[in-house]
Amino acid sequence: MLAAFTGRFPSLVGRAGALMNIVVLMKQVPDTEGARTLDPADNTVDRGAVDPVINYIDEFAIEEGLLLREAHDGDVTLLTVGPDRATESIRKALSMGVDKAVHVSDPVLHGSDAIQTTKVLAAALGTLEWDVVVAGSEATDSRMSVVPAMLAEVLEVPQLSQARKVTVDGDSVSIERLSSDGYDVVRGRLPAVISVVEKINEPRYPSFKGIMAAKSKPVKTLTVADLDLDAEEFGLAAASTEVVEFAVAPPRQAGQVVVDEGDGGVKIAEFLASRKLV
Amino acid sequence: MATVLVLVDAAGDVVKKTTLELLTAARSLGEPGAVVLGPGQAAALSAVLAEYGAATIYAVAGAEFDQYLVAPKAEALAAVAAQATPAAVLVSSTPENKEIAARLAIKLGSGVLTDAVAVNADGSVEQSIFGGSITVTSKVRTGVPVIAVRPNSITPEPAATPGTAEVVEVDVPLSDAAKAATVVEHVSEDKGARPALSDASIVVSGGRGIGTAENFRIIEQLADTLGAAVGASRAVVDAGWVPHQMQVGQTGVTVSPQLYIAVGISGAIQHRAGMQTSKTIIAINKDPEAPIFELADYGVVGDLFTVAPQLTDELAKRKE
Repeated sequence: MLAAFTGRFPSLVGRAGALMNIVVLMKQVPDTEGARTLDPADNTVDRGAVDPVINYIDEFAIEEGLLLREAHDGDVTLLTVGPDRATESIRKALSMGVDKAVHVSDPVLHGSDAIQTTKVLAAALGTLEWDVVVAGSEATDSRMSVVPAMLAEVLEVPQLSQARKVTVDGDSVSIERLSSDGYDVVRGRLPAVISVVEKINEPRYPSFKGIMAAKSKPVKTLTVADLDLDAEEFGLAAASTEVVEFAVAPPRQAGQVVVDEGDGGVKIAEFLASRKLV
Repeated sequence: MATVLVLVDAAGDVVKKTTLELLTAARSLGEPGAVVLGPGQAAALSAVLAEYGAATIYAVAGAEFDQYLVAPKAEALAAVAAQATPAAVLVSSTPENKEIAARLAIKLGSGVLTDAVAVNADGSVEQSIFGGSITVTSKVRTGVPVIAVRPNSITPEPAATPGTAEVVEVDVPLSDAAKAATVVEHVSEDKGARPALSDASIVVSGGRGIGTAENFRIIEQLADTLGAAVGASRAVVDAGWVPHQMQVGQTGVTVSPQLYIAVGISGAIQHRAGMQTSKTIIAINKDPEAPIFELADYGVVGDLFTVAPQLTDELAKRKE
């Protein structure tokens, strides 16, 4: 079981005119356009095989953090857990307008699962002043979509996830949560964990000025020891799940392709009937 | 025999097919225990749950599950797990259930696996990752395995001997922390009563070839004739023709239906990643070089504006 969370929650509550401290979570992932694979040495994601990029949906989280800052005044801190090379993605976020970054980087974290990553994020948040955490709803590599919910569970704060719209009013947050047939309006109080879906906004491109400014923005690098965490509880050996083996999926067998001669629709119906699909 | 808990998804008094899939998988691991959350439902659902082998129905009757987001369901499942000491907990891999699984895993100190496409007798699972290009066998090492199974991956089969479906009432007083996110309003934007995209048995999707938002009704008509869910490629969503929740792909919904019909979709990587584990794929596209034909079990090179309506008419005729 997890140790009780002991971080600080300075919040907007009772602090009229206070600045909003926004933390945006970012994961660096292999580009989905490349031929992604696992590393046969230990069955973890092969981060060398394909160029790493900011997880696509996290760009919307970064933009939402910047929009919240513009609407409410405050600052935006990027928080990421990942190898040294994540620096490239951190720089891009800073050049989009994020104020500063915290990068938890430690070789012992290699192969950590979603729960271990959540513990590290919670511990890192414990070193920051924050009112709201904004995350992307899903990473394109694991596609688990579990970390925002896990983080809300560990921090015991409202989970406002899968948001296609976010509204903050004082210490009240309201979202439109995507549902299978529309949306749900969900409300909670700060501090809270929000996850956003793609299309919630239009992520900005870094400006030349932004790129120049990013070079001098502070990036704090932390190790597991800096966070007072026990290294033995992290990384592949201590992970709660394991990839036992993997294989390249056999390509799908292409079937029959016919050119329509005025009866294409009928032919499809016949095919479906022959397969007992209708 | 060890209990394997299954979180029941129901629409009113009807047990969803995804739950029958879970019960079928649970029988290979132990004795299914069905967890029914919500007032008064256990009795209505018990006959079907028994038919699929549920030995026990854990009924948590609290009426508040729909008033708060996700957390109360995780709390209820954790309470049932404490009582049943299960060998595993299975949920269907929908966006909401994955969040429930996430919170449950933290509560139980357990590992969690999502989007399993098969559950093996030893409790390990098969997953299809990186847009279906790699298959992996994974297992949970710590605690009670919490496993989210992708809808339509398992063929539901009634049990050889029906379960006793003994109803056990479980009282779960919700914590304040579980009530932190309040669901204020449900808004439906769907014009018809179509099945949800993520767990539909049949999906009809439209792509850029559709041309305009108005033309999307060709897709909807075909879908409604089949009782199918409606999906779309990213290009269609980007163009604003349909809402984002209909996007099938690498980002968006991953579907694995019995039948997937791609209309006017070229089949870019982004799209294939969300649908290529479908059992049967049909493609209609005017470009014979479209990559979607590499995946299709049956493809027609032609004008979707004649082929798709003809298919709709033909299917309607066959239903008469």
